[in-house]
Amino acid sequence: MLPLYYNIPFLCIFLCMIGGIVMPLLKNGKCAVRCTETICFAVFALFTGLCLILSQRGESFAYKMGHFPAPWGNELFVGPLDALLCALFALVLGLSLLGGEVTMQADILPQKQNFYCTMMCMTLASLLALTTTNDMFTGYVFMEISTLAACAIVMARDTGEMVAATIRYLILSLLGSGLFLIGLAMLYCITGHLLMPQLLQRILLLSASDAYHIPLTVVCGLMTLGLGIKSSMFPFYAWLPPAHGGATTGASAVLSGLVLKGYIVFLIRIFYRVFSVSVVRNLHVTDILFVFGILGMILGSVMAIGEEHSKRMLAYSSVAQIGYIFMGLGLGTDAGVMAAFFQILAHAVTKPLLFLCVGRLSELRHHEKRFALLRGSAHEDQMAGIGFVVGGLSMVGIPLLTGFTAKLFLADAAMGGSVKMWTALLALALSSILNARYYIPAMFAIWAKPEAGQPDKHTKANRGFTVSAAVLTACVVLLGITAIPVVRIIQQELSML
Amino acid sequence: MNKQHWKAFAAWVNGTAPERATAPLQELPAKRQKKHPPKTDEARRVRVFSRIYHMTSLVVCLSVVCVLLYTLFHLPLFGAEDNPAVNEVVERYVTQGLTETGAVNVVTGMILDYRAFDTFGESSVLFLAVSCVMMLLLKDQNNTSFADILQLQHERETEREISDPILQKVVSVVVPCILLFGIYVVLNGHLSPGGGFSGGAIMGAGLILYSAAYGMDAVSRFFTHKTFRTLTATALLCYALSKAYSFFTGANDLPSCIPLGIPGAILSSGLILVLNICVGLIVACTMYGFYVLFTKGEF
Repeated sequence: MLPLYYNIPFLCIFLCMIGGIVMPLLKNGKCAVRCTETICFAVFALFTGLCLILSQRGESFAYKMGHFPAPWGNELFVGPLDALLCALFALVLGLSLLGGEVTMQADILPQKQNFYCTMMCMTLASLLALTTTNDMFTGYVFMEISTLAACAIVMARDTGEMVAATIRYLILSLLGSGLFLIGLAMLYCITGHLLMPQLLQRILLLSASDAYHIPLTVVCGLMTLGLGIKSSMFPFYAWLPPAHGGATTGASAVLSGLVLKGYIVFLIRIFYRVFSVSVVRNLHVTDILFVFGILGMILGSVMAIGEEHSKRMLAYSSVAQIGYIFMGLGLGTDAGVMAAFFQILAHAVTKPLLFLCVGRLSELRHHEKRFALLRGSAHEDQMAGIGFVVGGLSMVGIPLLTGFTAKLFLADAAMGGSVKMWTALLALALSSILNARYYIPAMFAIWAKPEAGQPDKHTKANRGFTVSAAVLTACVVLLGITAIPVVRIIQQELSML
Repeated sequence: MNKQHWKAFAAWVNGTAPERATAPLQELPAKRQKKHPPKTDEARRVRVFSRIYHMTSLVVCLSVVCVLLYTLFHLPLFGAEDNPAVNEVVERYVTQGLTETGAVNVVTGMILDYRAFDTFGESSVLFLAVSCVMMLLLKDQNNTSFADILQLQHERETEREISDPILQKVVSVVVPCILLFGIYVVLNGHLSPGGGFSGGAIMGAGLILYSAAYGMDAVSRFFTHKTFRTLTATALLCYALSKAYSFFTGANDLPSCIPLGIPGAILSSGLILVLNICVGLIVACTMYGFYVLFTKGEF
């Protein structure tokens, strides 16, 4: 008989999926949003408990989905970090829904709101499954679910512009899935397995005997490329700004903060549990990731400079932040991956906070997104102003905030390498300056003195937003000053993978 | 030049800058323009850009094709005896599949018992796809003009007037057979080739044929939007709950109260029959749903 807490991941995935199936049958959108939020917070509570138990005991476990053990049936594999990631994903998704609810009511037609909640539940289910699966094909299936759900939440706001953005997103996302699937088929051809532990054994044998060297290289490249396209690694970012910049507030927060991270976490799991880090390093995949990461860090920020549309600016900033994660991965060391994981956590709380704040500010100005029209809007909702400043400063890298800690870990991980060290340190410094170049003027713009002639509008206070922005701001600060427990959990997991 | 940049920057900080144009969607020059190329700078730039764009995409596609073909020659031979894919996994599926899952059709046993979680994901993909289409095409007073409604009414009337007696007579004979065959394929999924996916596709095709001959109003007498929504959700829910029970008992090594039955009997192989019926319903509804939504835009 297994300990009861082993069942938590399985129960949470099914809870989300059943929730998603039931949502279209509910009475109205409001009811569906409430149910989705309840599910998110329940999942958050369960996974937090699991994370505490696992990190205390320093254990990880495989959970078989069905009656058949590893090479024959599907499995989940959960360690303390996976539980932490799942908990954070659920929390942020719930808060994004809560904070973006008023904008959602304005942006999405009433009959579509139930479907919107279905997609949110399925997004969470796919994130949980991608983070915990021990089976490559299950991973692929949930990548598909994630793609469809993400496209649907972009499309939920039906304007012509959004339909065009969705088509672009869908095509590139499917290209990514297709490349991954080709890679998976080849991998099955040369190993005969789909579950990660068995794959790892076979691949270590293959790389020792040097058999099937070319297919193995191509498979590793195809999988990295496929997941890279889906998580908007630098040269493949074209779909991101229109999709994330135009979607409704809650959707942008979820897409930028979480959906991209699901694929990256899956990629890291593949590196560690399927190919093994040494094989990946020998195939020079990490070096390519390093170059793309550096390019993304700098060019993403360059494109964000001068962007008038507030949400598109944040979307370009996401391209840069994803670059940090890939740079950490590209270092090819455990310290680098640790820093990448920390950056994933940091960005997953900071970017949703920024999107929610900008959404709230533009709500006060008739849903106008241009900075010119947002001038002085922070005086009307101070929580949104404070949230934006905290999030922005964290992105720039001001001490005590989580963005700074993430950059510190990245710089620390880069130490020791010769060429990589200097490139990484220079890129970090340059991208920090570039970040400041667009976040600081934006902060000044929203806190500018309101013009005298402007009528003082009294819009309704948005309690949901205030709560979620406060919680996310607290997360940004807490993660910044108490990074040590989180780092210990990450290191625990890396030693177990 | 430099001064201009600073001015633009200052304007941007002050919020007085003009809005940057969003990426134009209609960049590709129309054919008509090619005959009389306009001499403007903009048009020339677009033309050069699209030429470079096409060349680059061609080069990228060809190189990917070459790499994949080259890799193909290094893969193990299909069907060879010493293939890495011929291992203990396949062996157990083939030799013990019948006793462990109770399904005579080994493939069904694999997808609905050994790897049932994946198949649940696949069924959810279908459900999501049809939900996406409904979301995309949903009509209500906010996005439908009076002219649209008039046109829809007009289309429905013409549909009613034009009826094809030959098609209708043939369909009235053929459709019951198709539906019966579909049901047979679904129910025999664990005994013979077939199962939920293929049987559901047959049933969906039957419904599409019927609505093509008699008009969608005839189908919506027994198959409305509400039935559709409830049916898909119930089928998927049924799949989820029964599989959740099976996963829970399996992982915790609890005794499961579902009998496997005698292999070969119609009521055998545990949950597989139920799952096949669920998958069949989802696939049939999805196929018909796509047809209706894309032709009429609503149920």
